[in-house]
Amino acid sequence: MRKIMMLLVALLALPAQAALNVLATVPEWAALAQEIGGDKLKATSATTALQDPHRIDARPSLIARARNADLLIATGAELEVGWLPVVQRESGNARIQTGQAGYFEAAAHARMLEIPAKLDRADGDVHANGNPHINTDPRVYLKVGEALAARLAQLDAANAAVYRAGYAAFAARWQANLARWEKQGAALRGQPVVVQHKSFSYLLDWLDLREVATLEPKPGVEASAAHLSRVLEQVSGQKPRWVIRAVWESSRATDWFAANNGTPAVVLPFTVGGNNAAKDLTSLFDDTLARLLVVK
Amino acid sequence: MNRISVSVLAACGVLASIPASAADNDLKALREEIAQMRKTYEQRIDALEKRLVQAEGTSTQAKAAADKAATRTARAGEGKASGFNPEISLTLQGALTKTQRDPATWTMQGFVPPGEAEEIGPPRRRGFTLQESELGIAANVDPNFRGYLNLAMTPDNTVELEEAYFQTLGLGGGLTLKGGRFLSGIGYQNEIHPHAWDFADAPLAYTAFFGNKLTAEGVQLKWLAPTETFIELGLEGGRDDGFPGGGKNKSGTALGAAFARIGGDAGIANTWRAGLSYVATNPGARAYDGVDAADLATSNTFAGRSRTVGADFVWKWAPNGNSTERNFKLQAEYFRRSESGQLTCAERDTSGACGGAAGLTDRYDSRQSGWYAQGVWQFMPRWRAGYRHDRLNSGTTTLGPTLVAADLPQLAAWKPRRDTFMIDFASSEFARLRFQFARDDSRGPGLRDNQVWLQYIMSLGAHGAHKF
Repeated sequence: MRKIMMLLVALLALPAQAALNVLATVPEWAALAQEIGGDKLKATSATTALQDPHRIDARPSLIARARNADLLIATGAELEVGWLPVVQRESGNARIQTGQAGYFEAAAHARMLEIPAKLDRADGDVHANGNPHINTDPRVYLKVGEALAARLAQLDAANAAVYRAGYAAFAARWQANLARWEKQGAALRGQPVVVQHKSFSYLLDWLDLREVATLEPKPGVEASAAHLSRVLEQVSGQKPRWVIRAVWESSRATDWFAANNGTPAVVLPFTVGGNNAAKDLTSLFDDTLARLLVVK
Repeated sequence: MNRISVSVLAACGVLASIPASAADNDLKALREEIAQMRKTYEQRIDALEKRLVQAEGTSTQAKAAADKAATRTARAGEGKASGFNPEISLTLQGALTKTQRDPATWTMQGFVPPGEAEEIGPPRRRGFTLQESELGIAANVDPNFRGYLNLAMTPDNTVELEEAYFQTLGLGGGLTLKGGRFLSGIGYQNEIHPHAWDFADAPLAYTAFFGNKLTAEGVQLKWLAPTETFIELGLEGGRDDGFPGGGKNKSGTALGAAFARIGGDAGIANTWRAGLSYVATNPGARAYDGVDAADLATSNTFAGRSRTVGADFVWKWAPNGNSTERNFKLQAEYFRRSESGQLTCAERDTSGACGGAAGLTDRYDSRQSGWYAQGVWQFMPRWRAGYRHDRLNSGTTTLGPTLVAADLPQLAAWKPRRDTFMIDFASSEFARLRFQFARDDSRGPGLRDNQVWLQYIMSLGAHGAHKF
């Protein structure tokens, strides 16, 4: 028994890793943290761009990774409500519990869209705090990045200046990117678009695209053939320029609509790693715009 | 456009007021006057236009401010006192069952009856039947603790307190302490609530060894190793009122359990977990009703030690780790129970083969085992099909010379087995409808029971995250 206790004590006293261990729920926040923190932190994502962020299993490997994290970055707004609370509780890690400095929610620093006036599951998978897919508007990374840099500085005070400088450099690069993207995107203003799920509301808001229909009858509810036919009727005469879906969404409804309405289907990377071109935050939006612009 | 029409209107008004007999001088004066008026009007119109532009600007600002306010309001709503209301979830479950044999006569041959029949075990009733309605209430108590309560309301209008525990959040170092009444961490399925099971009833091994599920009333301490691989160790201590314990009146720990788990990923598509469990209890007077060789009702009581070891394995697969479309889950568990102690056989009447009401007591030793394996395949969004195979072995039972095997027919050797098929449809993650067919050979030789279930599971309210 004494030996076991000594072993336990030895394991508990393992030296803390030099770099800040950051676990993000989704790839975009891991990428943002890495942009700001550089070599002062090691940021990884719990999920990949090919996974539906609403439906994640609280895998043992995620619990093990949460156990050692110094900072947990979540989107919030109930996006991870189906798995993250279990990972936090099972991790036995006091630092990353909700309300602690080691837990950061990006949505708290974003302007939310589609906040429901009433909460009723009859309306599908609605989120009380609004649409949680804030990552598709590049402008959000400035606000979230600023708050994240402040949090990193708080957690790792010795490197506070590094995080502040890291954010300043990122913000400068990002402002230049934004100016470039907005110039490119000006040609798309007011264009009609059909979306599969409300995953791109923020992108549409940024580029000022006009959503003429959603293929899902209710958020999170898969489209039936009858519903798709109704959508087809609804958009007749509106000539949508694209029907778009995220790479993790089922291709069925989008492909059916594309084939029956003659609207080009566009698969957007959605987040970092969504396709081979979207390697980091900059190339994510480069690729997203390129895919929209290529359709005339 | 506006400016022109206003000017024309003004000019017309002025012209209409000109007297018909006006002289040239008057005309000139008039023209000047008109020009003056026009100038004044144009100035005023300019001013109006400026104000309009300003107003438009202000309204845009106002809209932006309103948007912002809406965002803020939505968040502020959570800050109200009622925002402290705990998460409440309600699960409604019911079924239509058709069984070949009367559920009231169900027994598992070769095994000690595992306590009272429950909705989550083998069918209890035929026809339309309500299953347990679960009410779950949870909230953080303070930054260090979380509380959880789960009530199961049964169709007999009784309320069972399934779980009521607190759990630490801020212990750190990978440690978590739980206290109260909770589902024991042993095995894989034990900690999962019945509404999240893949079949309508518990595996036979769980029914035989734990009375469908092992509930601990005491404390649980878990430790998660700070390693890349998931390694978790847990210890539990508590009362042993439930099966396989019972009737022990003592201070301190009467039920002890331990578990160790390891898990990880093989690529993003595969994830697995394996575990070992151990349950120790020393029932003081665990009773069950039976019949003796002459069909007289008996009351049998066991006192001694009961030890159960278990092994469990789960493997989940989903293409790219995205389980929405298609996924597969394989789970298998094995349990082995050793019991040794004293068994008392007593008739309710004053006389009988078991010695009447006074009863006979002698040595009882048994080694029994069982396992199940199940696979569930989501072949398209919302639709799943599954198969489960259950097998138990009543093993070896040794009775002391005073006890006669014929007076304990329930313990006669048998190897129960069951094959179960199911197909279910989930209209959303909150509603599931299930069809299940089972061919059950657990009652004994020649007593096969074919069972058909049509089950619904509806989850209302805040639905908490599910375990792996």
